[in-house]
Amino acid sequence: MSATLYERIGGEPAVDAAVNIFYRKVLNDHRINRFFDNTDMDKQLAKQKAFFTMAFGGPNNYTGQDMRNAHANLVKTGLNEDHFNAVMEHLGATLTELNVPGDLIAEAAAIAESTRNDVLGK
Amino acid sequence: MYTLTIDQNTYICKSDETVLDALLRENINLSFACKKGTCHSCMVRSANVRPPKAAQSGLKNTQIKQNYFLACQCYPEQDMHLKLPDQSEFYRMGRVITNKLLNRNTILLVVAFEDAFEFNAGQFVNLQRSDGLTRSYSTANIPEQSNTLEFHIRRLPGGVFSSWLHDEVNMGDSIAVSEARGHCFYIPERHEQGILLVGTGTGLAPLAGILTDALANGHTGPIHLFHGSRELEDLYRIDEMRQLAEQHQNFHYTPCLSGSHIPEGFAAGRVNEIALSGIPDLKGWRVFLCGHPDMVNQMKKQAFLKGAAIADIYADAFLISTH
Ligand SMILES: Cc1cc2nc3c(=O)[nH]c(=O)nc-3n(C[C@H](O)[C@H](O)[C@H](O)COP(=O)(O)OP(=O)(O)OC[C@H]3O[C@@H](n4cnc5c(N)ncnc54)[C@H](O)[C@@H]3O)c2cc1C
Ligand code: HEM
Ligand code: FES
Repeated sequence: MSATLYERIGGEPAVDAAVNIFYRKVLNDHRINRFFDNTDMDKQLAKQKAFFTMAFGGPNNYTGQDMRNAHANLVKTGLNEDHFNAVMEHLGATLTELNVPGDLIAEAAAIAESTRNDVLGK
Repeated sequence: MYTLTIDQNTYICKSDETVLDALLRENINLSFACKKGTCHSCMVRSANVRPPKAAQSGLKNTQIKQNYFLACQCYPEQDMHLKLPDQSEFYRMGRVITNKLLNRNTILLVVAFEDAFEFNAGQFVNLQRSDGLTRSYSTANIPEQSNTLEFHIRRLPGGVFSSWLHDEVNMGDSIAVSEARGHCFYIPERHEQGILLVGTGTGLAPLAGILTDALANGHTGPIHLFHGSRELEDLYRIDEMRQLAEQHQNFHYTPCLSGSHIPEGFAAGRVNEIALSGIPDLKGWRVFLCGHPDMVNQMKKQAFLKGAAIADIYADAFLISTH
């Protein structure tokens, strides 16, 4: 059996490294940081870890419905296509910064992209 | 809705209710302090089924295998038979050898043990009164041959446990002390790394332990301590810290006051803001934050945005739960 994307990217240590870079980018991006401005940083980090584990096709139990539910409150406060694109941008830039090969970045981006309608509640 | 059985008695645990809340509602005397999964004082054991995973988060493997879990984090997924642990499993008795004022509302409490007490400087323990009332307090010294633990305890207006320690606990009294817990301590590696210590009030307790430990381990990188409160009368150990800064050229101490009267030698403003403006970049630094939960939570994010890596930020918020 060939290694999964999650394994090829580097598993949990890669997720941790990615969260460090990604979360800093997101908090510095005025277009979207209001969505992440939860005072409880540990909870936010746990969710960012879940985000990357999922984008890397790693072990998670999220269904499309879960993605809908997780973001439903954000959609109510205005989450839209532009915000989604900004997150995709930071995802790509983060993985580039970590020197992840381009074909693996494309795979991760495709997984994240596939959640677009659920995340945006469409 | 599930039933909880203890010995021959059964109790109802409503949906959306934790095991701890259900038992407290039923007037079962179960000890607890934080209700947040931090202090572990509400640990109980399931005698029949495996507890939900979330209720075992942070426990040791041996405890997980024996089906111990945190009552405050447990929403039952089926009926459960519970064993309330004998508190002596978790606590050992120490003797108070010092109880004296450090400033107008903070005491230094020193507890001595017959033999060595294992802990890392900066970790916290739970103290327990004989009626089961429990609170967490940080250690302020480093493990030494004298087998003592040192605490700095601030009297909160209307606070039950802190008032008891201030007013009723005397030298020679015995007191129950749990194992040491928490991740906020110095690890002797990367000696050249910068260390930032930021605390409010008795947040100085763990920071003093961490500082002593780092210096004793020959840490060579710059160590900056910022200690803040509103008024001068609520700071303490100012002269000792200044002396230490004179003895160690890599240690720097800044006492900070956020009130209106700022004598010479003190920085004016909030301790986290003063710390951030004093250090241009925290990339590669180790950061320790202790004390008021608002300061700790804000500063965590600010330190991260200034470049500190998530794994290098250690924090103890002195949560006060309104029971
Ligand atoms: C990891 C950790 C480490 C800690 N380390 C230290 C330390 O080193 N030193 C230290 O001094 N403290 C420390 N604390 C805080 C300590 O655990 C206690 O929370 C603190 O001493 C207050 O306990 P208390 O019983 O005196 O107050 P409580 O009786 O618990 O009351 C707390 C405050 O809430 C108010 N209050 C109580 N009940 C109500 C109500 N129903 N409605 C509104 N207000 C209410 C009280 O007036 C009081 O001001 C730490 C906490 C944690 C979690
Ligand atoms: C790109 C595709 C996306 C994926 C795969 C994704 C995935 C996830 C996951 C797995 C969680 C955790 C759910 C939980 O356990 O509760 C989560 C939560 C969250 N997501 Fe996303 N997400 C995406 C896009 C976005 C976007 C575009 C935003 C906002 C700009 C966003 C903001 C958040 C926030 C704020 C939370 C936390 C919600 C809470 O506090 O409960 N996400 N996301
Ligand atoms: S861990 Fe349950 S009360 Fe603190």
